[in-house]
Amino acid sequence: MEDLLNAFFLMSNFVFVPAIAYGSQLALGAVGVTLVYGILRFSNFAHGDTMAFGTMFVILFTWLFQSYGINLGPLPTALLALPFGIIITIVFLLGSDKFVYRFYRAKKAVPVTYLIASVGIMFVLNGIVRFIIGPNDQRFADGERFIIKAKTMKQFLGTAEGVSIKVSQGLTVVTAIIVVMVLFWFLNKTRTGKSMRAFSDNEDLALLSGINPDKVVAVTWILVAILATIAGTLYGLDKSFKPFTYFMLLLPIFASAIVGGLGNPLGAIAGGFVIAFSEIMITYPYKKFVAYIVPGDWKPEGLVQLLATDYKFAVSFIILVLVLLFRPTGIFAGKSV
Amino acid sequence: MSFLVGENMTGGYGGADILHGCSIAAEKGEIAVIVGPNGAGKSTAMKAIFGMLDIHTGSILLDGEDITELSPQARVAKGMAFVPQTANVFPTMSVEENLEMGAFLRRDDISKTMDEVFESFPILKDKRLQNAGELSGGQRQQVAVGRALMTQPKVLMLDEPTAGVSPIVMDELFDNIIKVARTGITILMVEQNARQALNIANKGYVMVQGRNKFTDTGEVLLNNPEVRKSFLGG
Repeated sequence: MEDLLNAFFLMSNFVFVPAIAYGSQLALGAVGVTLVYGILRFSNFAHGDTMAFGTMFVILFTWLFQSYGINLGPLPTALLALPFGIIITIVFLLGSDKFVYRFYRAKKAVPVTYLIASVGIMFVLNGIVRFIIGPNDQRFADGERFIIKAKTMKQFLGTAEGVSIKVSQGLTVVTAIIVVMVLFWFLNKTRTGKSMRAFSDNEDLALLSGINPDKVVAVTWILVAILATIAGTLYGLDKSFKPFTYFMLLLPIFASAIVGGLGNPLGAIAGGFVIAFSEIMITYPYKKFVAYIVPGDWKPEGLVQLLATDYKFAVSFIILVLVLLFRPTGIFAGKSV
Repeated sequence: MSFLVGENMTGGYGGADILHGCSIAAEKGEIAVIVGPNGAGKSTAMKAIFGMLDIHTGSILLDGEDITELSPQARVAKGMAFVPQTANVFPTMSVEENLEMGAFLRRDDISKTMDEVFESFPILKDKRLQNAGELSGGQRQQVAVGRALMTQPKVLMLDEPTAGVSPIVMDELFDNIIKVARTGITILMVEQNARQALNIANKGYVMVQGRNKFTDTGEVLLNNPEVRKSFLGG
């Protein structure tokens, strides 16, 4: 009995809790990608670096506040800096739409043209971030680190294993839930939100109904800026900020959006968790877990690891390819790629 | 002066002209139907009246006002409503949301108009929370027409409303169109089912190759031997 409890704690500590946190971060990123695909009808390859851009400004303002001695007690100071990072990202994205994407909209370009343009914007963002904050790891989390510590739990319960839950992980889940609730209220209950869904559904009919396309485009970019900055900040608080990592996040984020069905925000959230859990569960060494479950002489010799952790992104990539091959519209039947 | 007039329209989609001096008119509360063989320019004529096509010669007048230069959205604001032939609903939105989107330009209370639409199309009331894309073809057409009616238009234009619809549903749709016309709304309709359409029409326009060929009341056209031979199958 105690072995099963230990096994459960082990899985929770190394798989469930990290996967839920990582899944929430991917979910927020994937919703941003799926909104652009559904409403503006192109794959935004600049999303990862948009997250880096927003997070960079949150970090800079966090350092500024820390230097003034302003802090938020047990919670990270970054939360105070978040609105500033969001506003700057909104300005950048609206500017990129005005100076880049609008040009192609006027020419009625095909979707792949926008995709290549977004790759260009990705390189610009890449350069800006590295130029301002440098390519190295930055840590900006402060305040309390843990909500529960595995050591404390082990001492309290007398078990061999315990579960750690970091403040950043708890914050990620709470923030993600709030953001998603607000977003869904906006899309389903407000006039502007409904007009954006209509525009995504049937653009010509939406225009005929008098929906203003410029307003829809602007609100979409504002939402994307908010989502990207929050997702990037939560990821940075939880792990660390390194521009290259954010660029790499593009793969699992796109995998999440496609698995859930492009254009479908609910799908993007589900997809985020599918990818996160898959990545972590497939690369987790189950040796200790199996040792707790099976009787004595069946204990495994090797690590019982399906894939080395270096191959985490390969998991996203394989899932992405399989979904595209066998069910391109995703779980929730969004638009085909 | 007719309520809706498309006078001497000539134009096309950019290359060659499709319409050649075509004239269509409809009185207030009247049902005007445009029929003709495939490729005659029927849908093109209606799109020209709605402003989805640029005409280089001719003019469009609504209640005496020249609206030739206005965009389709501006014409919607003036009281025109257009129901396209395909892709005429928002498939992932509910029936009720579709109707709300139809009334997007209105800032006043739309619940009374929505109740009127539900009264005309009772099955939509039953399915008000269902996604429009899940409905059958005939029900989707009703959503499309209901959506157009939400702006309380003066003119309702329908592009082949009975295309791909079963005969019983076609009768129902035409019944509903007559009901709408009785409330004082002018109806302009392009139809392939010429016989049934001309049956309910006050005025019929037979178009061939972008030109008016025959113009008369629906009844006269139905009994015209040339019209019968060409399109109605004798």
